[in-house]
Order: sequence, then structure tokens, then C-alpha cells
Amino acid sequence: MPYTAAKPPLPETPDELRARIPGWGADLDTANRPQVPRERSDLPNGAHWELPERQPETYPRERSIEHEMLTPVFGTAQPPHGLSGAIRRYSYERFSEARAAHWLLLIAADRVDAAGAHLRSLATLRPDNPITETGVLSELRRHPVASRRGRTDVRHQLLDPLIVAGPWIVGGVAVLAAVRALRRRV
Amino acid sequence: MRAMTYRGPYKVRVEEKDVPTIEHPNDAVVRVVRAAICGSDLHLYHGMMPDTRIGHTFGHEFVGVVEKVGSSVRNLQVGDRVMVPFNVYCGTCFFCARGLYSNCHNVNPNATAIGGMYGYSHSTGGYDGGQAEYVRVPFADVGPSKIPAWLDDDDAVLMTDALATGYFGAQIADVVEGDTVVVLGAGPVGLFAARSAWLMGAGRVIVVDQLEYRLAKAREFAYAETRNYNEHDDIVVELKKATDGLGADRVIEAVGAEADGNLTQHITAAKLKLQGGSPVALNWAIDAVRKGGTVSVLGAYGPLFSAVKFGDAMNKGLTLNMNQAPAKRQWPRLLEHIQAGYLRPSDVVTHRFPLEHIAEAYHVMSSKLDGCIKPLIIPSED
Repeated sequence: MPYTAAKPPLPETPDELRARIPGWGADLDTANRPQVPRERSDLPNGAHWELPERQPETYPRERSIEHEMLTPVFGTAQPPHGLSGAIRRYSYERFSEARAAHWLLLIAADRVDAAGAHLRSLATLRPDNPITETGVLSELRRHPVASRRGRTDVRHQLLDPLIVAGPWIVGGVAVLAAVRALRRRV
Repeated sequence: MRAMTYRGPYKVRVEEKDVPTIEHPNDAVVRVVRAAICGSDLHLYHGMMPDTRIGHTFGHEFVGVVEKVGSSVRNLQVGDRVMVPFNVYCGTCFFCARGLYSNCHNVNPNATAIGGMYGYSHSTGGYDGGQAEYVRVPFADVGPSKIPAWLDDDDAVLMTDALATGYFGAQIADVVEGDTVVVLGAGPVGLFAARSAWLMGAGRVIVVDQLEYRLAKAREFAYAETRNYNEHDDIVVELKKATDGLGADRVIEAVGAEADGNLTQHITAAKLKLQGGSPVALNWAIDAVRKGGTVSVLGAYGPLFSAVKFGDAMNKGLTLNMNQAPAKRQWPRLLEHIQAGYLRPSDVVTHRFPLEHIAEAYHVMSSKLDGCIKPLIIPSED
């Protein structure tokens, strides 16, 4: 108990623990732990350069304004494009990582990207399919009721349609009200 | 090639993509034989991680066979069987030179606050991941290691993140002999953290979760006492009672942004994306640790601010240790432990899916159906 100095006794002795748990105490000595000390300059790592050779920049690669230069190596997985790309570029060029606006704009761009990709997919031979792409068809094979019994997140999931749809409904009503107000003025 | 692609929140499918090419002289292209879905992939899948672009291929846990190497690659050859740490890193920048591989400054132009990772949005550099037939591996001389002949692919793939991260979490919790260690979250990382705490001499390990099947795994695999927080009105009080009113010496937070213990947090974090994730587990860690204790944070959070109880952390004199694990630093020691028979990483694997069934795999993992703890993805066989 915390009102006196003694530490409460453990339920098991080290010998009992060693007998019960494979490898108990193998890394008791902190010097055996790879992360000790945290910052080590003697680790071999296979690098044979002082500054890595630079990867060619094949398109104007967006970067954080906290970087002085484009890093020597970078991913080229999905270059920015369209409206979402414009939002992303603005976010990278205007705001540092310290600003909430930077991250919120990137999340907004993600939503624009997703909506645009969905619309574009309707003009292809393979449109987005919310049934197959959400994996929901597997529900019946995966014990849907037993798996969810007694879980906190399930209670919250009941509210999700309201939380997700609510802002859209409120937004739609607000736009409608604004249009009506404009009409009355005109 | 066939690759998992992100189509928007909660939507993924398999698409035909170009096979990756050598873009830098120290690149390799690896044919993936095992990948895994990590709990932190769910942050991407749920649309919580900024700059997750449509068409992105997730997957930072993978092993495979070297298919091509760039002109400056010296340490790998075509045909080598390799495991690739989830961190992309150069080996020589200020941070890599100090062993902080997860904080490399030379691989992620999109941010300075985080290093590079495979398949983890453009916030971590914009590299496609390993839930695909092939993947580009930058700095092939630095990151990947040849898999020892005695190590199975299923065990090796868990070395690339989950096991290395769990072990790292116990290390940075500064566990010493006889410590009472609480682990929040009984996913793969939490299970490995609990098991690792014993290796470091913990006197008592308590794992907290809400899913009975995961708690059963914690008892069986991690030899831990368990608490289901849904069975207690206030889990912090329960943990205090269980530790003679002191609180645990060390708490390891292995939950991250997807915590779901409180309606306000659920709405502001999970649904409206106005926080860097729900800090419920983090706050429980701060409350459940003893004064002067250590909180080790392994759970992944987004870059936005979070409503963390910092005042309590300050007033209690806590040490908060956290980082993405520099996975490769842990490998030599972990290989010794596996070879000695102290643990078998693949014991946490519950499901295996061919790449073509990736949407189902994400749904099962995300919704925690069917007793799922760790699903493996099989893009191609050896």
C-alpha cells in the first residue's frame, strides 16, 4: 500500500517465474537490450555513402516547408493530381507541420480525392463497388453476432450513421436555406 | 502485377499496377511472399491518416525474394530471401547515425516529424507497400536482412514490425526486475510487449482489452493476468486496486488511435477526424501508472493534436517514452530468443488470406470478427 515505504510483495518469486515462463529474465541486464543506450553511433548498417546519391525528381515533388531540400530518396507512388492535388500542394507550400491547417487540408484533399476517384470509376469498366470493396460480404462466414457481443465499439456503431450522415444533412439544409434566402432577396 | 489499392475510407480492392522499377541506385525490387495487416493499417483504412491517396498500396510488414537490384547495391543479390523492416531509412543521416532508424531525415520529403514507411500514406514518404506481388525497397543495403534458413516466413514477417515493436515497447518502458507491468491492448504488439516484459524480468504482467478471445491469448501466449475493461466500471480504479493502490510501475500503451472507450472521443477522433486519434488508452496509461513510473507508447497516432491528460503526467512525475520502433536494431537479439525457444512469433497468427481476398481481410481485421488477431496475406508462394 502506498502509505508506507515498503513495496508490496510479488505473487511469485523469480525462481517460480523462471520455471513458468520461457526465457524469463534473459534480458534482465539492461546492457543486453538492443535499445541501450538509446542513441548509439557504433551500429553497423551497411550504408556506403556519406550523403546518399539523389533520386531523380521526375515531377515537381511536394515537400514539407520544414525540409531545406527534397530528400535524396522519396516515394513516387501517387503523384498529386486534379483538385485534390491542388489542395495538397497548397497545404505543403503554405503551412508547416506545426499548423493544424496543414493536416486538416490534407485530410480534406483525401476526401476530395476519394469522391473524384469514385465518380471517375463510374466511367470505367470497373466502377467502385461498395459491396465487394468493403468486404462486407464476408460477414456471414465470420460469426458476425458472436464476434460483436459485449463490445464497447458496437454500442458506438449504432450511432455512426447519425454521426456520419448528420453533418451532410445539416449542411444540405443550410445550403437550401441559403438558396431560399438569396431567392427572396432577388 | 496485382496489388491491394485503397479506394477511400473502408474500401480496398485488388488492381493491376505496374511492377515497381529501380528509381535509385540503391533500390531493390522484392517479390513478396508474405505480408501482414497491422493494426495501424486500420488508421489508413478508416481515413484517419492525412495524405492517404486513392490508389495507394498499404503494407509495411512483408518478406520476400529479391527480384532486381540497383547498380550500387552490394549486400543483396537476386534470389536472396529477405525480411524488410517497416522503416525506410538511409543509414547515415544525423538520426540514423544515432540508431534512430525510424526517424530518418533522408527518405520522407512530406514531413520532418516522421521518417519513412512502406505503404503508410504520403505523410510517411509516399512509398507503396508490400500487400502486393512486388514492392520497391529503397536503401537495399541498409534495411533488409537475409532470413536465416531456420526461420519460417510466417515468423520472419512478424519480425518486420509487430514483434520488434512489442519488444521495443518493453525496452523503452525501462522494465527492471520485479516490476509490475500493465499492457493496454491485446493485439499482436501488446501480446509481444507482454511476453517481452517477462524476458526483461517483470514480476507481474497484466493485459487489458475488451475482447475475450484476445485476453485468452494473453493468458495463454503471454502468461499474463488479464482484465476486461468492459467488466469494470472504471478500469483505472481496478488497476489501482490490483496494484495495492500504487499503480503499475510501467504501463505499455499498445492501442493507438483506434481506441474506443468514450463516446466524445469516438465522435471527435474516429468519426470527425478532429484529433490525431482517440487518446482514451493513453489517458488510461497516464492514470494507471504509479507516480514516478514510466509510460511506453507504441500505439500509432496521427499528427493532429490529441486531448491528452498532460497535467496528470506532469504532476505524477512520469517518464513518457515513445517512438516508432527501429525494427532492425532489435533483430539480432530477437533471433537469439526465437532460436533459444523463448517464443515463436507466428503463434499470434489467426488468419491467412490470398491477396485477392484483401477486402475481406481488412473487414475481418477492422471489425475484429472471427477471433482475428493477426491476418497474413499471401501474394505469392515461395
